[in-house]
Amino acid sequence: MSFRRLTSGGRLDRDKSVKFRFNGKRLKGLSGDTLASALLANDRLLVGRSFKYHRPRGIVGAGVEEPNALFTIGKDGTEQVNVIGTCLELTENLRAKSQNAWPALSFDLRAVNQLFAPIFGAGFYYKTFMGPRLKSWMFYEPHIRHAAGLGKTGTQGTAARHNTRNAFSDVLIIGSGPAGLAAALALAGTGVSVTLAEQDFELGGSILSSQNENLLAWREATLATLNRAENLRLLTRATVQGLFDGNQAIIAIGGTMVESLRARTIIFATGAVERPLVFDDNDLPGVMLASALRTYANRFALLPSKRCIIATNNDSAYETAFDLVTLGATVMIADERNGIAGELLAKSASLGVVVFAGSSIAAVAGKRRIEAVMLGGPHHVRLSCDLLGMSGGWSPLVHLTSQVGSKPQFNPSVQAFVPGPLATGHYVAGACNGSFGTLAAINTGQAQASAVLAALGKKAINKTDVPPLEADRGLAILPSVSPSKSRFAFVDFQNDVTAKDIAQARDEGYTNIEHLKRYTTLGMGTDQGKTSNINALAMLANLRDVPISQVGTTTFRPPFTPLTVGAIVGRSLGQHFRPTRRSPLHDWHEQNGATMIDAGLWKRAWYYNWAGKTPHEAYLKEMELVRHNVGLSDVSTLGKIDVQGKDAAEFLNRVYVNGFAKLAVGRARYGVMLNDDGLVLDDGTTSRISETKFYMTTTTAQAGEVMSWLEYLLQCHWPDLDVHVTSLTDEWGGMALSGPNARQVLERAFPEEDLSDSALPYMAVKDIEYEKVPIRILRLSFSGELGYEIHCPANFTQGLWEHVLKMGASAGLKPYGLEALASLRIEKGHVAGLELDHRNSLDDLGLGKMASSKKSFVGDTLRMREDMMAPERWSLVGLELLEPGKKLRGGAILFAAKDEIKGHGRGYITSVTWSTDLQIYVALGLYQGGLAHENEEIIAAFPLKNEKVRLRIVSPHFIDREGTRLNA
Amino acid sequence: MARGYSIFSILKHALRPKQPWPEAWAKPEPKSSYDAIVIGGGGHGLATAYYLAKNHGLKNIAVLEKGHIGSGNVGRNTTIIRSNYMLGANTAFFEKSLKMWEGLSHELDFNCMVSHRGQITVGISPTQMDSFARRGNIMRLNGIDAELLDRQELEKELPYLDYSKSARYPIWGALHQPRAGTVRHDAVAWGYARAASQLGVHIIENCEVTGILKADNTVTGVETTRGRILSDKVGIAVAGHTSHVAKMAGLRLPVESHVLQAFVTEPVKPMVHHVVSWGAELFYLSQSDKGGMVFGGHIDGFNTYTQRGQFFKAKEVMECAVALMPFMSRMRLLRAWGGLVDMTPDGSPFICTTPIDGLYLNGGWCYQGFKATPASGFTFAHTMAKNEAHHLSAGFALDRLMKGKELDEHGVGNWTYKQ
Amino acid sequence: MSEFRYGGDATKKRPGPGAGGLKVWHEYVFTFDNPKGPHEEFWQHTLGCRQWFKLKRNTATNEILGGGA
Ligand SMILES: Cc1cc2nc3c(=O)[nH]c(=O)nc-3n(C[C@H](O)[C@H](O)[C@H](O)COP(=O)(O)OP(=O)(O)OC[C@H]3O[C@@H](n4cnc5c(N)ncnc54)[C@H](O)[C@@H]3O)c2cc1C
Repeated sequence: MSFRRLTSGGRLDRDKSVKFRFNGKRLKGLSGDTLASALLANDRLLVGRSFKYHRPRGIVGAGVEEPNALFTIGKDGTEQVNVIGTCLELTENLRAKSQNAWPALSFDLRAVNQLFAPIFGAGFYYKTFMGPRLKSWMFYEPHIRHAAGLGKTGTQGTAARHNTRNAFSDVLIIGSGPAGLAAALALAGTGVSVTLAEQDFELGGSILSSQNENLLAWREATLATLNRAENLRLLTRATVQGLFDGNQAIIAIGGTMVESLRARTIIFATGAVERPLVFDDNDLPGVMLASALRTYANRFALLPSKRCIIATNNDSAYETAFDLVTLGATVMIADERNGIAGELLAKSASLGVVVFAGSSIAAVAGKRRIEAVMLGGPHHVRLSCDLLGMSGGWSPLVHLTSQVGSKPQFNPSVQAFVPGPLATGHYVAGACNGSFGTLAAINTGQAQASAVLAALGKKAINKTDVPPLEADRGLAILPSVSPSKSRFAFVDFQNDVTAKDIAQARDEGYTNIEHLKRYTTLGMGTDQGKTSNINALAMLANLRDVPISQVGTTTFRPPFTPLTVGAIVGRSLGQHFRPTRRSPLHDWHEQNGATMIDAGLWKRAWYYNWAGKTPHEAYLKEMELVRHNVGLSDVSTLGKIDVQGKDAAEFLNRVYVNGFAKLAVGRARYGVMLNDDGLVLDDGTTSRISETKFYMTTTTAQAGEVMSWLEYLLQCHWPDLDVHVTSLTDEWGGMALSGPNARQVLERAFPEEDLSDSALPYMAVKDIEYEKVPIRILRLSFSGELGYEIHCPANFTQGLWEHVLKMGASAGLKPYGLEALASLRIEKGHVAGLELDHRNSLDDLGLGKMASSKKSFVGDTLRMREDMMAPERWSLVGLELLEPGKKLRGGAILFAAKDEIKGHGRGYITSVTWSTDLQIYVALGLYQGGLAHENEEIIAAFPLKNEKVRLRIVSPHFIDREGTRLNA
Repeated sequence: MARGYSIFSILKHALRPKQPWPEAWAKPEPKSSYDAIVIGGGGHGLATAYYLAKNHGLKNIAVLEKGHIGSGNVGRNTTIIRSNYMLGANTAFFEKSLKMWEGLSHELDFNCMVSHRGQITVGISPTQMDSFARRGNIMRLNGIDAELLDRQELEKELPYLDYSKSARYPIWGALHQPRAGTVRHDAVAWGYARAASQLGVHIIENCEVTGILKADNTVTGVETTRGRILSDKVGIAVAGHTSHVAKMAGLRLPVESHVLQAFVTEPVKPMVHHVVSWGAELFYLSQSDKGGMVFGGHIDGFNTYTQRGQFFKAKEVMECAVALMPFMSRMRLLRAWGGLVDMTPDGSPFICTTPIDGLYLNGGWCYQGFKATPASGFTFAHTMAKNEAHHLSAGFALDRLMKGKELDEHGVGNWTYKQ
Repeated sequence: MSEFRYGGDATKKRPGPGAGGLKVWHEYVFTFDNPKGPHEEFWQHTLGCRQWFKLKRNTATNEILGGGA
C-alpha cells in the first residue's frame, strides 16, 4: 500500500460507500472521492500505459492538469474515452477501464517499444517508412494507426440529453479559489449580476487542499454569505471552456449543459498548476506532483503509508511536506537549492522532516511502482520510499486570457508566464497572475472586484473579512531545469516526449517553440501540455542559450479541457439539425399518400401513391394526368414577395433584365434577374396588382437570396427609390392547377367568377374573394399546359386545396408531386435547378432575347465580358435519346460524334425525364455552340457506369412549341 | 534529390548518440540581393523556391518568412488532398498536384505521410447525385479515379453514418475518389525547406516584408524587418496576407481575408478510414494517424485578420459532425483553431504575372490550397523563371474576372464570403 | 444559422444604373481593399428586422468601432 485512508478528515462522506469497477474488478470508494482518489485508496497506482512506449503509468496530479490517468468510462458502444480520472466525481456503478494497454494493463506486449527508444526519438516517422516504393506509406500506415489512438470510442451517439442556453452577467468570475471567492464576496449584495464558474464539484479551489483551520473557516463563512446574496450565481462543475469575441464565455456545466454567457467584465482567477521535475524514469507510478499529495491527504484523506520523498526546486513543496507530517506521514525533502530559507529548515527540523539541500533526483528504482530514489549532489544516498512528490514550480493557467489575445509574459521572479496586458473589462487575480500566496490571492481578488465595480460605475461597498493567516512567503524558486540526456526523462508524459527528444529537435533546427511542439508532439495530448509546456520552454531556452522570454509560448486555444462535441451541439440533433420548412399543405400530403422529399430546408410532396408505388411509376402517371386531363400541385414553397411603392415599377425594371415599367395592371410577366457579375441569379413571374403594387415569385431555392438581395439594393444603394419589399413566402400558400381541363375545374371551384379565356387570358392575374378569403389567380404555366396558380393566405391554403380537389373530382383531378412537376417543365424547356447554378449567362440559357436594350439593369455591364459573349460557350439545348431501351442520365458528358471521348467534352446533361408525350427519354443540357448544332447527332458519355449513348440535339421545347396549349 | 533520411541513418545516430543530427534546413543571414525572392514561407512559397532551384537552375534564391516557416495555413489546415475538380482550367492542375503528392516523400527524402485513403462525399438528394455524376464523369474522362456509390455500397464503406429515419438529410449515395487522402502538413513545409536548403536556397525566418521596391513599373527588391534586400524577381505567396502585401506594390486584388476554423478531437483507435465530406453543408472529417478526428466546415463569413473563430460557426460545424456521424457526439474536442484564408470571388486561385514587371502572384487559395502545394510551387516557379504562365495554371490569371472566365467550381456566385 | 448576414465592404461606391463601364464594374464587383484595421461594412439583421446597416469594425481585432456613416 502506498496510501492509507485516514479514518477521519478529508471532504468525504464516510457513511456513503460508492461501488465502482476498474478493469472489471469491483472496488469501493467514498462519496466525495474522484475516480483517481478512489483508485489510490484501493492501492491502484498503475492506471494506464503510455502512448508510444507503453510504459506503466500512474496518477500524477489531482486536477485538470493530469496527463496520465485517462480512462474509458461506460460499455457496449456507449464508451466515453480519455476521461480525466482526477476530475471525475466517483458515482455508483461507474465502470472505468484503463487505456492503451494490450493485452492487459499489468502485462503489455507493446512495452517492447521501449527497447527501440533509441531510434524512436523525435521525428522518427518523418525519416522512415518511405520505401521501398512510392506510396509505401499506404502499407505502413494501417499498422501505425492501429498502434496509435488512446481509447476505443463508442460507435453510437451519446444518450445524454444535452442542452444549451444563453445568459448575461455584469461580472464573470472564473475560478473559486481564494482569489475567486474573495472577489465574489466583495461583489455580494452590490447589485451587479455575478456568475462564478468553478470546474470542480466543490467551491474553494486550493482551499480544499489545505488543512489550515482559519482558511477553511473563512471559506465556510464566505460561502454562507455568497449563498445568501441574490446577485450571485454560483456554478460548480462548470468549466469555462472558451472565450470568444465580445466577451462570450462558453461554459460547460455538469456534462449536460453548455451556456453561452455574455459578460461585461471578467475576473480571471483560474489559479496555477504545479510543474513536474524532469529526471530519469520520472514517470514511474508513485511519482506524483507534490501538490497532488497534499490534495490527496487533506481533501481525500489519503496519506503516504510509509516514506514519502519530496523533490523540489522551490519553497512551495514545504507546505506539502508539513501537512503530510502533521497527518502522520514520514517525509524527506530533496531540495535542488542550497540557500534554503532558515525558517523553512527550522520548521522542517522541528517537525522531523529531513532536508537534503543541493540534492536532486539522480535515479529512481522500482518496477511497477517506485521503491527508492538515488539522490544526486552532495548527499549521494539511496532512500527507499513508496511515493515521490515533485515540485518544479508553478504555472499560472493563462489559457483563457491567452484565448482572448493577451500574450503571456515571463515573470522571472516567480519563474512563470503570467498574463500580459489585458483587454478592457478583463481583470486577473491570485495565482493566475503569479500571486501565489493565499493572502495575496484574497487581496488581489478583492482589489479586482473593486476595480470591476468602479468600471461598472458602482461604488465598492463591501469591505470583506480576511482570514487570520501567516504572511505569504514569496515563491523562492531555482530557475533552470537541467535537461537530462537519458532516454526516459519525460517532459510530456502523455505523448512520451523526453528531454532527449527536445535536445535532438534543437540539433535539427526545430528551435522555434511551435516547430519543437509539432516535431516532438509535445503538448499535443488531451492535457494540451498543462504540465509539460513550461519545462520544455525552459529546456529549449537553455539549449539555445537565450532567456525563456525570447522563446515565447505556443498558442492557447479552446477548449480548456476536452469537451464532448455532443455537449456543444446540444439539441441540434437528428431532425433538429436544421429547421424544417413545411408547406401549409404538409399534413394533407402526409395524410393522403404522398412520399415526401427534402428540397433545401423544405419537405415537399415527391409523388402520390394513387399514381404508383415507386417514384418512377408514379411520376409518369402524374405527368399523363396533367398532359391529358388536369392535376393539382403544391407550389407553396415558391418565393413570394410583395413589392410596393411609387417606384416599384422602376425598381423591377432595374432588377429584371426585361422591362416591367409598362406591364399593365392585371398582367403577369416572366422575368430573369442577373447578379452584378452578369450571370443569372433567378427567374420567376411577377404580376402587377395595381400601379404601385407587384407580386413577385421566385424559385424555391433562391427565395431567401433574392429577398435579401432586393433589400440590399433598396436599403444600401437605392434609398431614394420609394419601394418596400415584404416576403410572403410563409404567409401565403399556392397551388398549380394544370392540364387541358384546368379551366373547367377552376370555373366549378369559383362559379361566381368570369374565368373565361378572354376575362383571364394567358399571363393575366385576378384577385377574387371566395368565402371571404382573398385569393389570387395567376394564369401561368410551368408545365406547358393550360394552367393556373391559385395563391391564398397560408391558413386557408388547405381548405382551398380541398375545395378545388373536390370540385375537380368528377373531372378526375388528382394531386401531382415534385417529380412530375420537374419532368413536365423539362418537356416544356423551362430552366430550373441545375441550369440555374450561378455559372450561366442569359444567352447560355437561351434567354438572351429577353434583355432589354432600352434600359439599364443589374448585371448589364459585366454580362458583356469577352468570354461571356463567345459563340463557343455552352448553351441550352434539348436532347433526345436515339437508342431505345437505353437510359439517359443527368451528369453525362456530351461529345460531338467525331470527338475522342476524353477531356471535358462539349457540355453536359443537366436534367432528364421520360417524355410521356414523345415516349422517349429527353433531357436538357448545355452544349458548346448550343442550338447552332440543332439536329446534330452527338454522344453522351457516362464513364462512371461505362455507358455511352447517341442523342440528337433538338429544341429544348419538346412539346407545344407554338404555345397553343398555354393559350387554350 | 535530397538524401540522408532512412532507417539506417536513424540506427547510425542511435548507435552514436554523441553525433548530433544535422540541421534540417540552414538558417543563414540574409544577403543584400538575390536572383529571386519568394515572400512567404508557407507550403507554396517553399515549394516554389525548391522548384526554382531544382527545375530552373536558379542558384541564388531566398524565401522570406515573417515568423517561422509553416506558421501560416500550411500548418493549420485539415490536410485533405484530392483532385475532384470539373472545370476546364482546374482539372489538370489539381490532378498534376495529386500525382506529385504520390512521389513527394521520395522526392524530398522526408516522409510527408501521404495517405491515399480516399475521399467520400456523401450526397443528400437525387439532384446532388446528378451533380456528383457530372464531376465524377469529368474526372474519369481525364484519367482521374472516381466512382459513384449508392446508398447500400456507402453503408458498407461508412457504417457509422446516420442512415436512420431521424436523420435530417437522407443519404442518397456518394462520390468516391480512392486516391484522394491526407498528408502530414508540417512535414510538407519542413520537407520542402530541407530539400530547398540542400539546393542552396536561403530560408530566412523572422523576416517580414514591409515594402516592395519599384523603379517605374519594375520591381527592384523588398524592404524587410531585417533590412533591404534587392532582387528583380519577387513572388508573393502569403495566403491570408495577399492583399496586405500586394498593396505594398500598389495592387488591389480580387481577394478578401477570412478566418476558417478547424477542430481536432482526442485520439482514439481507428474508426474513420477515409476523408468524409458532406453535400448538405461544407463539412469534412478525417482521422489523423495519431487518432484524432480532424474536421472543419465553411469560413466564418466576414473579413478578418484575427486567426480566431466565432463560436456560432464552431457550433454549426459540430452540428454537421454529429448529424452525419452520430458517434461524434461522444468524441471530445481537444483543440479549435483558425487560419486566415485568401478568398476570391470565384473560389479559384491566382498563379500569374502582375501588372508590375518582375512581380508575381500566387494567392487566392481560399480553403483549398494545401492540396495544390506541389503543383502550385511547380507552376509558379515556371512563371517566375520564364515570366509566363505555365500551361497547367494558365487559367489562374489575374484578368480572368475581367474577361468573364470565372472558375466557380461550386457555383456559388461572385461573393468571396459565400465561396 | 446566424442572426446576422454579412454584406461586404460598404465603402465601395456602386455605379449608378447605366453608369460605369467594364473597368468600373469589374473594380466594384471583384476587387477589394481588404484592409487590416478599420473596415466599414454592411450587415443585415436577417433573423430580425431585416434592416441592412453599416458597421465599423477593426478587422485586426474584430472590435466593433461603431455604426457606419
Ligand atoms: C483551417 C484550414 C483548413 C484548411 N484545410 C485545407 C484542406 O483540407 N485541404 C486543402 O487543400 N487546403 C486547406 N486549407 C487551405 C490551405 O491551408 C491554404 O490554401 C494553403 O496552405 C495556403 O498556402 P501556403 O501554404 O503557402 O500558405 P501559408 O502557410 O499561410 O503561408 C504564407 C506565409 O506567408 C507569411 N507571410 C505573410 N505576410 C508576410 C510578409 N509580409 N513577409 C513575409 N512573410 C509573410 C506567413 O507568415 C505565412 O507563413 C485550409 C486552410 C485552413 C486555414
